Amino acid sequence: MSSTATDIPAIRVRGAQKSYGSLQALAGVDLDIRQGEFFGLLGPNGAGKTTLISALAGLTRLTAGRISVMGHDVVNGYRDARRMLGVVPQELVFDPFFTVREMLRIQSGYFGLRNQDDWIDELLANLDLTSKATANMRALSGGMKRRVLVAQALVHKPPVIVLDEPTAGVDVELRQGLWAFIRKLNAAGHTIVLTTHYLEEAETLCNRIAMLKAGRVIELDTTANLLSRLRSHALRVSYAGPVELPAALLARKPLMEGGRYSFAFDDYAEVEPLLAALREACGVPSEIEVVKPDLEQVFVDLLKRD
Amino acid sequence: MTAFRTLLYKEMLRFWKVAFQTVAAPVLTAILYLAIFSHVLSDKVTVYGALNYTHFLVPGLVMMSVLQNAFSNSSSSLIQSKITGNIIFVLLPPLSYREFFGAYVLASVARGVVVGIGVWLASLPFASIGMVHPVWVLAFVLMGGAILGTLGIIAGIWADKFDQLAAFQNFIIMPLTMLSGVFYSIHSLPAFWQTVSHFNPFFFMIDGFRFGFFGVSDVSPWLSLLVVGGSFIFLSLICLEMLRRGYKLRG
Repeated sequence: MSSTATDIPAIRVRGAQKSYGSLQALAGVDLDIRQGEFFGLLGPNGAGKTTLISALAGLTRLTAGRISVMGHDVVNGYRDARRMLGVVPQELVFDPFFTVREMLRIQSGYFGLRNQDDWIDELLANLDLTSKATANMRALSGGMKRRVLVAQALVHKPPVIVLDEPTAGVDVELRQGLWAFIRKLNAAGHTIVLTTHYLEEAETLCNRIAMLKAGRVIELDTTANLLSRLRSHALRVSYAGPVELPAALLARKPLMEGGRYSFAFDDYAEVEPLLAALREACGVPSEIEVVKPDLEQVFVDLLKRD
Repeated sequence: MTAFRTLLYKEMLRFWKVAFQTVAAPVLTAILYLAIFSHVLSDKVTVYGALNYTHFLVPGLVMMSVLQNAFSNSSSSLIQSKITGNIIFVLLPPLSYREFFGAYVLASVARGVVVGIGVWLASLPFASIGMVHPVWVLAFVLMGGAILGTLGIIAGIWADKFDQLAAFQNFIIMPLTMLSGVFYSIHSLPAFWQTVSHFNPFFFMIDGFRFGFFGVSDVSPWLSLLVVGGSFIFLSLICLEMLRRGYKLRG
């Protein structure tokens, strides 16, 4: 099929704007997500992640701009675009009238597919839900409902899968199982787009990350590049009382929070002279810590930067 | 077509799973009306000359049940889905707004017809009435159900909360049905109220439906057909436009 040619981006966003009255949820987003990527969409609450996903899924309409999924415009080619897309919503929604299997059969039918029971069984097995196939949705725990939502999103075997905060409120063991399954899907060629608040998850799972802030993409790079480029190691020192940093140290632009100072460095050889300068100017710190770069720190730094 | 059929099936399965509440309960309500009104009035009132009041009442109650249940089906399904959030399950798939409309309306008609048949069967011990013109009966039951199913979609989409939907039901649907001539022939009304009744499309649904049973009615069944058909087209266009725009569904 020409529509699955690998040069077509899994998701293409061009000039996406969305306003709710005077509130601008998306202020012009451009983004290409390639097929087979495990892509992270990060940002604080209200950054526009869910709005972007809603527009992608056809749950909301853009004020301006366009989005396509596997080359199909989500408005003009909505039937094909939606067939290509599986969405695991953020909210733990379910239909209390049906059992797990009924729900999956119905969902499959909505996508024009019948006789999907083999695939449904496989999904249930992979998501550890086989024993719950005939249980009513109401009778399931939160974690199980979450897994049914994953199954529902996958029932039509979409090449692109979007997970909006899928592990919120899911216990650790379950989270691991879920990620193992999602990784397997990614390895099988599915494009995965993930929004999450757990930055360590994005760090370990995603090969590329976009950071959203106030409806704009403020950073877009591979996870490895983001970690190395945006933030070096840091020396973090604390002082019990107030101290005044000399100009030479201020020139290193430390991050200051209360009595804590964080100096970025690229090479461990810088640490000793730095500590010596600190000791000379302000005395011995009450606490010393060397911090390796992590996505959380990158994230915090990016959000502080304007 | 599979997508449309699945949505239709799901909407029918939804009410059928709680049939005690969605079918049995309205049948019982209608039969209570029948038992009480016929007990009180049967010996005192005749309609259209020689027609027994209980006999007159049965088609009215059947149609009233059809209409109310058709409305309830689409409106309650949509408001529940909106409030619990599972409306996304029907918004994410590649269903067109026309398929969406068709499935919700047909499921509403189906519930209306099931309840209507239930009321008719339950009324047999009280008044065994036949149909003079079954085609008219069918035409009005289908169109009446479709109109109320459409109104149910409109109300279900418009309402953000259960009490708004209840207001729509109690202050619009209920008065229009109760004042449509279910319980009386509008010829028994003072001239002013007769005129007012002619502005109530529900009157034409009941009157046309009743014509199918007795071959007599307050107005010509062709006029009723025109009004009912016109109302359906008018409401469908509004409803389809709401769905096309994604009003309150696809912000």
